[in-house]
Amino acid sequence: MNRFDYIRPDTIADAVAALAAFPGAKALAGGTNLVDLMKYDVATPARVVDINRLPLKAVEDTADGGLRVGALVTNSDLAWHPQIAKRYPLLASAILAGASGQLRNAATTGGNLLQRTRCYYFYDTSTPCNKRVPGSGCSAIGGVNRIHAILGASDSCIAVHPSDMCVALAALDAEVEVEGPQGRRIIPFAQFHRLPDHNPELDNTLEPGDLVTAIILPATDFGRHHTYLKIRDRLSYAFALVSVAAAIAIEDGIIGDIRVALGGVAHKPWRDRNAEQRLRGEPPSEATFLRFAEDVLRESEGCGQNDFKIELARRTIVRALMQATRGTPQDQSDKVVR
Amino acid sequence: MPQPSPTTMVPIVLTINGVRHELSLAPWVTLLDLLRERLGLTGTKKGCDQGQCGACTVLIDGRRVNACLVLAVARDGADITTVEGLATGDELHPLQAAFIEHDAFQCGYCTPGQICSGVGLMQEGHAHTREEIREQMSGNICRCGAYTNIADAIEDVIARQSASREAAE
Repeated sequence: MNRFDYIRPDTIADAVAALAAFPGAKALAGGTNLVDLMKYDVATPARVVDINRLPLKAVEDTADGGLRVGALVTNSDLAWHPQIAKRYPLLASAILAGASGQLRNAATTGGNLLQRTRCYYFYDTSTPCNKRVPGSGCSAIGGVNRIHAILGASDSCIAVHPSDMCVALAALDAEVEVEGPQGRRIIPFAQFHRLPDHNPELDNTLEPGDLVTAIILPATDFGRHHTYLKIRDRLSYAFALVSVAAAIAIEDGIIGDIRVALGGVAHKPWRDRNAEQRLRGEPPSEATFLRFAEDVLRESEGCGQNDFKIELARRTIVRALMQATRGTPQDQSDKVVR
Repeated sequence: MPQPSPTTMVPIVLTINGVRHELSLAPWVTLLDLLRERLGLTGTKKGCDQGQCGACTVLIDGRRVNACLVLAVARDGADITTVEGLATGDELHPLQAAFIEHDAFQCGYCTPGQICSGVGLMQEGHAHTREEIREQMSGNICRCGAYTNIADAIEDVIARQSASREAAE
């Protein structure tokens, strides 16, 4: 691990100032990703700003019926929070599908948004990687790429975003509250993470000195018609090959509001709002959902070893939408996919 | 742009297995290395050192966490329990006794982490079925494959605890 300047501010303003003073400064919350990356010398921050003393641990109601979740709320506390279990079971389910009990006890809401890809080459400092060293090349293209992107990739990077929680947040149309040198602003979830294009070193649209302070959940209630279906190489404690967060409002047997976000397939949680729009007004059925899946995946492209993910994604979308329609969300302990 | 100079030492206080420690630490020291290398508490094991195996699991303020991914200075003021702190004198923690009873280990390297994780899981109170125990213990890898007996041991202690709770009511 590199040597660094360690600062432990008590206020958000001091934390933002400490982050903004040096471009290489990193905020430390639970440490489950940053400390790991520092051990591999993938992250070598000159300054670590320990934000654990900031007042960002509350879950509170918003004026318009939603919920504001402080950035330091741990993944465990969020998943088991009575209001989350009751009003946002899709989010609770996605969180519990990720990582392990120990990691969820340390990992935070803000940190989950900012975790970095688990592309093997990003972690291996002996190989080229445009995300780690801009301009050095992409080793995954033409390399070992079984876990890589099938949507939205570029010739600079085919890495995927590893989060489960973020897939649910994308489906729920959450917002990210950010405090920066110019003050507070709100970023819609769809505009928070970005596609790699030619600068994959940027995972998101934060500016230097920005600190994620909260996630804001809208009031939307999908009742029982939701699911988080995660397909992975082993039953637990593995990143998604493909995951689907689905939520449907069904009115008089017809699809109303529908949200489908995919994990494990792109540089960000993937949603296709046009395809969702085209599904409105149709009756929910396997045939309808298969047509939707093909619509969402129309521009999908494998890079060799991950070609199987296209068919896997097609089937996972259909299965998830059938689960959501029936009102039988995937159980994250009993792993049988029904 | 000039870079900041590295911090040398940070004063912190930790309570470890009931004993208060006033420490001066470099900020890059992990809790795991502090426990093993500086305080001689080698019960907590270093396996992968990257949060994948769970051998380093300890309880921080009662909650199970991977000690390898914690910078010790970031937990200033915390109450930490390692496997050395679970027994009361010569009396083993019920889960330690159950691990022996159920032969829940072979080589034993993952055992301190498994037991701390199991204690944390029971305190969390979200595991009621065998499937839930197995799922919530998935952060602890056992290379010998003692999983069946580990799950038996935890299931047994949870059942005994809920039976004695019911008897008390």
